[in-house]
Amino acid sequence: MSKPIPGKVAASKEPAGRTAARMIEREPYYEPIGGEIELFEAAYATQIPVLLKGPTGCGKTRFMEYMAWRLKRPLITVSCHDDLTAADLIGRYLITNNETVWVDGPLAHAVRCGGICYLDEIVEARKDTTVVIHPLADDRRILPIEKHGELLHAPKEFVLAMSYNPGYQSVLKELKQSTRQRFVAIEFTYPHAALEKKIVIAETGIDPALADQLIRLAEMTRNLKGNGLDEGASTRLLVHAGKLIAKGIPARTACAGAVAAALTDDPDMLRAVNELASSLF
Amino acid sequence: MNSPVPSSSPAGKLSAAQLEERLDESLDPVLSSRRTAQPLAAALAPLSRDLQDFALHWVAVIARTSGELAFQFATLAPDVLRQSDPVSAESWIIHAMDTFDREGLYRGSSELKNVDAFMLASRHNSNAVAFEEAGNVLGLFICGLAGRPLKLEVANEAYTDTETLHLPARIFARASREQNFLLYKALATHLWAQSRYGTFNVDPADKLATFADPARARALYNYLETTRLDAIIARELPGLARELADLRDGAEAPPECALLREPAATAADSLALVEALYENFEPPTLSYMGVLHPEIAQAVRASRVAREKKELQAELAKLLPENSGSADTQPADGASHYSVIATESGSTPDNFELVLDGSPVTPPGHVNDLMQSITQDLGEIPDDYLVTASDGVYRDNSTEEEKTAAVREETNSEAGARFYNEWDYKRRHYRKNWCVLREADVKPGDPDFIDTTLKRYAVQVGQLRRTFEMLRGDDKWLKKQAAGDDIDLDAVINAYADLSSGRELPEQLFQRRLKVERDIAVMFMVDMSGSTKGWINEAERESLVMLCEALEVLGDRYAIYGFSGITRKRCEIYRIKRFADRYDDAVRGRIAGILPQDYTRMGVAIRHLSALLNGVDARTKLLITLSDGKPDDYSDNYRGEYGIEDTRQALIEAHRGGIHSFCITIDREAREYLPRMYGAVNYTVIEDVARLPLKVADVYRRLTT
Repeated sequence: MSKPIPGKVAASKEPAGRTAARMIEREPYYEPIGGEIELFEAAYATQIPVLLKGPTGCGKTRFMEYMAWRLKRPLITVSCHDDLTAADLIGRYLITNNETVWVDGPLAHAVRCGGICYLDEIVEARKDTTVVIHPLADDRRILPIEKHGELLHAPKEFVLAMSYNPGYQSVLKELKQSTRQRFVAIEFTYPHAALEKKIVIAETGIDPALADQLIRLAEMTRNLKGNGLDEGASTRLLVHAGKLIAKGIPARTACAGAVAAALTDDPDMLRAVNELASSLF
Repeated sequence: MNSPVPSSSPAGKLSAAQLEERLDESLDPVLSSRRTAQPLAAALAPLSRDLQDFALHWVAVIARTSGELAFQFATLAPDVLRQSDPVSAESWIIHAMDTFDREGLYRGSSELKNVDAFMLASRHNSNAVAFEEAGNVLGLFICGLAGRPLKLEVANEAYTDTETLHLPARIFARASREQNFLLYKALATHLWAQSRYGTFNVDPADKLATFADPARARALYNYLETTRLDAIIARELPGLARELADLRDGAEAPPECALLREPAATAADSLALVEALYENFEPPTLSYMGVLHPEIAQAVRASRVAREKKELQAELAKLLPENSGSADTQPADGASHYSVIATESGSTPDNFELVLDGSPVTPPGHVNDLMQSITQDLGEIPDDYLVTASDGVYRDNSTEEEKTAAVREETNSEAGARFYNEWDYKRRHYRKNWCVLREADVKPGDPDFIDTTLKRYAVQVGQLRRTFEMLRGDDKWLKKQAAGDDIDLDAVINAYADLSSGRELPEQLFQRRLKVERDIAVMFMVDMSGSTKGWINEAERESLVMLCEALEVLGDRYAIYGFSGITRKRCEIYRIKRFADRYDDAVRGRIAGILPQDYTRMGVAIRHLSALLNGVDARTKLLITLSDGKPDDYSDNYRGEYGIEDTRQALIEAHRGGIHSFCITIDREAREYLPRMYGAVNYTVIEDVARLPLKVADVYRRLTT
């Protein structure tokens, strides 16, 4: 029999609480599409939590990184999923060296260090989990940690932000009113053509004519939204396609891989998107 | 292909007399004293037994659809079978029958007689591309190209009326499948471009009619427009333009056409050139040129222009801020003036911003689409479109507009109808767009019915609720887990005891919460055929009441639809409760209002309801049919094997989409045919109708646990 190693139990499951707060050192590339930077800064100054709404790949996460850099606060991102429990957010007891030790979850950690806690895709989390952020998200700005018998008061630097894609048709993916009405919402859409072009060029280094065609392709796929596609091609997909093209992949192949196949599995739709791409390149 | 493969049979050829007897049997309704099967039999007699059998089989099959068509087939069969193989002959027959289904006897028989052209095409059969294969992709392709939404339909010529693109049923002009598909795509793109880039915006019909030979002028205009649109396509869709160059076969436009290639060229320039070139230029025909029907297009466009003006004005009125409807804030003339800013990303604007009294208003998506469509027709949004009606008129307008919108929606979808294929087991092919299905609402019935039922079954309802409450998912804590949300303190204390007594520390020290979730969507399809009249209907309604009580407790998503109809042209689905509806008084009223209607054409109902069910996001999808008998319909031989096989096929389609089907029936003879349709275990027969209300919920409980 091997000698039991103290702490093994804790090691058997990597605690979610070890999320390191990340300082963004270099300025991330970000093009504002409206007044979102000012709005966020005002919310930060007045300590109102922020909800980022918008389709996938339109720059919500990049915006958070940019704001963290701009405000010089550590950014703690939690990607929400349907197994995320309240303990995963707040923290839990673990056993180390024959004693139980409290380990903060990412939310508690962000509150303690006055960082930005960004809950990505909040609707993916279970509804009972999202309720734990309620006391933090109104003017109380507290986080009760019942198991630890502690009441955390958020410092004024702390920001609670979350993202949400309203495009899901499913009723299960709706945000509860009691949650959403605590937030200032910033609406994100795909940037207009000229700005999107600028972004694609800046991110990939392809020439402007090619970028124009990529934008056209994105518009075409966005026309198909609701006619068989759940979403049109996001700016992120265009950047992917652009990067492949910049690496010397032929444009049609790049679009087939980075745009068509990424958007859909339906054979007819795949073919249609590929036909659209090949009509442009 | 699925025909009986001709194989050598030990029996010898059939004699003319034997053949005549068999033909008489199939063709009886169309034979007369002057038109007998004798010459047909004589012509078939010299064929081999295999080919004779093939011909007789198909005569019988076609006769089920149309005796006349079968007679014509029998006339043509000897020659055709001698010259071609049974596989191409079969596709020729199917093609003719499809045409018959779609367009009637005249077109069907002309397709049948057109056997030479078909055989020529089928010689390249492996290379031909049919609309059924390409249509879906092309539809999406055209939708992606933007502009007004366009429908695609099969027709004998390729043309557009500016709202529908008509394309040929198959294309085989080229040597390879890729090339034939490209030709399809090129045709569709050009028709799209005609609508998008204003070929019909200059009223060409009036002008072209003034020429001595309007057909010639129209062909010339068509060619010139093709040249102009080719240049636009080259600018907008360079990849496609490169591919089109291959199809052009080196044909070059005359020098006069150079100006049509300018970015500023419009349809008016083409029209002007028609005059210049009319006398001495013979327009070539390009393979990807359709034909023009300017009169049709012009009429469709004119009615759209008038309609969209009203629509836009009404929409703009809706966008007015709430308070500006009141008299004191209204301008003296009672109307508000918008102005419009279009943001352009290509050659045409694709987004609009409205300005009202100096403040910008972003129009919602459908208004933006409307404005795009108007710009496509008129080149701009004329000023008078931007004047909303004054306050009083506004309200009238809005209701009128809603009415027209509703009517338009109906006409858009062929008077609210949907088309479904139906499986013909004899042909072993689908009959395309065979059934016409409409959704209708059930008129609410006597509200007392529900109360009476609930009272009558009060005890059972109580039991039912308790049973279903127990089914409801509750959270469970799983103790002694290797990983979990929380420490299992009991386990830890035990572990400490173990540890101090020198034993190994167990790893199972956590507890985990297990959420039991039911992720079920269920669709109830209720037989509303005439045969349910009386107590069966009452039992059905009572069953639904009990079921709803139970399902409300359980929280499963459910919908209830009734089905009935008479003939394939009038299949009906009755909305009783949609997935989104709550179980409220309106739904209760509709349950009470379920009345026996006509017949039981099940296949089409299953196809429609499984499509609805597939629109719901659930891990488990159930389609439960409440029925009292076999599939049956007034005509087209739906009764019997045909209906059973079509229903079976529809259920197989549903199953492919991940839907589990189940049938609850009161037909005691159901054991003879239900296993064939639903499979050996997916049905239950309830012998005693009176027990139906109690049994249905019970069956559902068994099905979902």
